[in-house]
Amino acid sequence: MEYFIIIIGAIFVNNIVLAQFLGICPFLGVSNKVSTSMGMGGAVTFVMLIASIAAYLLQYYVLVPLGIEYMQTIVFILVIAALVQMVEIILKKISPSLYQALGIFLPLITTNCAVLGVAILLVQKKYDLLHSVTYSVATAVGFFIALVLFAGMRERLELEDVPKAMRGVPIALVAASILAMAFMGFSGLVKM
Amino acid sequence: MNKLQIFTQGLIKNNPTFVLLLGMCPTLGTTSSAINGMGMGLATLFVLTLSNMAISMIKNVIPGKVRIPAFIVVIASFVTVLQLLMEAYVPALYAALGVFIPLIVVNCIILGRAEAFASKNGVLSSMLDGLGIGLGFTLSLTLLGAVREILGAGSVFGMKFIEGDGILMFVLAPGAFLALGYLLMLFNKMNARMKA
Repeated sequence: MEYFIIIIGAIFVNNIVLAQFLGICPFLGVSNKVSTSMGMGGAVTFVMLIASIAAYLLQYYVLVPLGIEYMQTIVFILVIAALVQMVEIILKKISPSLYQALGIFLPLITTNCAVLGVAILLVQKKYDLLHSVTYSVATAVGFFIALVLFAGMRERLELEDVPKAMRGVPIALVAASILAMAFMGFSGLVKM
Repeated sequence: MNKLQIFTQGLIKNNPTFVLLLGMCPTLGTTSSAINGMGMGLATLFVLTLSNMAISMIKNVIPGKVRIPAFIVVIASFVTVLQLLMEAYVPALYAALGVFIPLIVVNCIILGRAEAFASKNGVLSSMLDGLGIGLGFTLSLTLLGAVREILGAGSVFGMKFIEGDGILMFVLAPGAFLALGYLLMLFNKMNARMKA
């Protein structure tokens, strides 16, 4: 039951993009086409899972025993940056097809604040390892859903006759606002 | 470009929020009120100025290939300094801004200025650039925060000027997107008119 609440909460109620405002850059940047947004969503899911496990292990087996929790920000960002590089190299070797699909999105993920954000949040929420994994996967699924839905909306917007000053990002933000409003319908579904 | 131009270009011409569209996460996430927006802007200004200064000082000793990780370490160190300072002196603001303070590390404005400006220019110019861009960011965040606070709560900087509640939606998530969307539209319109 507890896991179920975490999953529903992270996907719908506290959606990482639409309620917590993390990962807005890829949300606005790579949401022009549904296919690319799926690639980005997949890459983020993958990295977020690995990064949150790494963050958990680092926090509780390195930082806390040494009493240097204040180094969290520096350590986490370095580990995530290194991890993304490593994932890229390993994928290239073992699964070239997956690498082809995710390849261009991987370097972008280092500066995706959703990944670092989730790592910090799960330490703040004091989750254990299994809860952390559940939370990070559910968050990534929430990101994926929001991104793909938004890309679908933007594909439609391309065809519309939008006033000149609204073209591009402004109209996209208004569309995102409506999507966020729709997601607010889920609030109250579970108590976080 | 003289020193004054370096400083002022960040305010309007290269405004990080409305022109460059960088740093969108804190822009949307922390502007539920004018004071929070301003706090976030000033926190970013602090890190941006100091990281630009430090990077322009050490730019000649960093090998080109590892410059990005090196920049990130410099930025992350200043963010940690900021975290400790804020936790000690402004705990309420620190709590309100929450996860967005450590996330200044991945704010693309800071890494962007390090790469585009501080790694090529002198110490004083880099600091001025950081101050200018940081001030531009602070102004836009304060503006967005003020708009959302006026519509959402009927107050500015906590001072109430209408009775009762405002339009709650503007304090919540959808209002952030909506307010920024329309502010961007106004900015585009102003720019188009100035060019014409």
